[in-house]
Amino acid sequence: MDTSELIKKINRLAEGKKKLRIMEVCGTHTVAIFRAGIRQILPDNVELVSGPGCPVCVTNDDYIDTAIAYALEENFIVATFGDMLKVPGSRSSLAAAQAQGSNIKVIYSPLDCIKIAQDNPNKKIIFLAVGFETTAPTAAATVLSAQAKGLKNLFMLSAQKLVPPVLKFLLNSPDFRVDGFLLPGHVAVVIGADAFNFLSIPSAVAGFEAEEILLAIASVLEQIDNGRAEVANKYPAVVTAAGNVTAQKILSRVYEVADSEWRGMELIPNSGLRIREEFAKFDIEQVEPVKIEKVKKKNACRCGEVLRGLVNPTQCPLFGKACTPSRAVGACMVSVEGVCAAWYKYGSNNFRW
Amino acid sequence: MCLAFPAKVLEVEGDLATVERSGVKRKASLMLLPEAKVGDYVLIHAGFAMQVIDEQELKIRDALVAEMNGAPRSVNLELGIRN
Repeated sequence: MDTSELIKKINRLAEGKKKLRIMEVCGTHTVAIFRAGIRQILPDNVELVSGPGCPVCVTNDDYIDTAIAYALEENFIVATFGDMLKVPGSRSSLAAAQAQGSNIKVIYSPLDCIKIAQDNPNKKIIFLAVGFETTAPTAAATVLSAQAKGLKNLFMLSAQKLVPPVLKFLLNSPDFRVDGFLLPGHVAVVIGADAFNFLSIPSAVAGFEAEEILLAIASVLEQIDNGRAEVANKYPAVVTAAGNVTAQKILSRVYEVADSEWRGMELIPNSGLRIREEFAKFDIEQVEPVKIEKVKKKNACRCGEVLRGLVNPTQCPLFGKACTPSRAVGACMVSVEGVCAAWYKYGSNNFRW
Repeated sequence: MCLAFPAKVLEVEGDLATVERSGVKRKASLMLLPEAKVGDYVLIHAGFAMQVIDEQELKIRDALVAEMNGAPRSVNLELGIRN
């Protein structure tokens, strides 16, 4: 079946149905959908909604404030993926701290921290361990590697999040109205497609090319059409039923499941990770805690509702006005994979809001 | 954040591999994928190999990317690459 037939199939399946909302839960999907123009090509009654799929966007103010507090101290080097730099905390951002002279290094892989730690024996290196199940095992592997090398100056500031618990949380929210999920392909690489079997609505694990996303959308619509609800694996090139078992083992050796706070949502039970007692000496919050002032930010930002798929970015009064990618107020505008950033970049004039 | 790309394993030394994609070589850790062998195509994320990729699927992806860059239509998603 080529693309045009696939689109015909999608149209056929959607015809005569009520308005259907399908949520993608992966920032890379959000961007791929915009870039390929998938929203424009779908039938009018099929709407794609972005969920909490960008780990940077769901990281809360307290975490950023804590990272900044460490960065401002002389004896620390903070190592981070680049997309964390501009995320606003309650008052400032890591980029602003960097401009003030803090030692913040952007790295590609958590393993890069090992070399930084070896090259700077008198400094304490903190890796900002943020991410979903895809990235979490890389931080765990880095801890094991640091332990094997006997490094004493490498630490994690951990705020990883887990996707299945937040999907469960969304499904149980009274105001949540979505008819199907496009599940994150690279999270499924690690946890396996079967980890999503608890879902009660039609779902498909999707790849990242335009046609792979269309295949997954067609699968969700087919399930709706047949009155079924299952987890279809539409990214079988790399996703297996059980996932990457080695990665799961390494992750659970270093980390245990814990409650976690998501930006714009609340404390979601068992939706995050914390370092196990056995590895406490790699957890900077246990080794050398910093105190931060808890601040409640007051502005009109609607990131929280955007992340839950309740409103579109354009329904936020700040969108494109006070909040733009270069001067972001909310986290969804910061990361290139954030929902608002994608709407801002690809949305204007290209499709009807 | 979660940008993963496929690459070919050229060399393995302990838990570190040299991988190559479109002529670019870099090191990647095999800590999370110890079963990867020389010649395998693997998915790389944040410096770690995460999964072995089916070679036929990879060819389809490469052909899709080539199509986006203007190559003539060659992929049929259910039948694979047209010869």
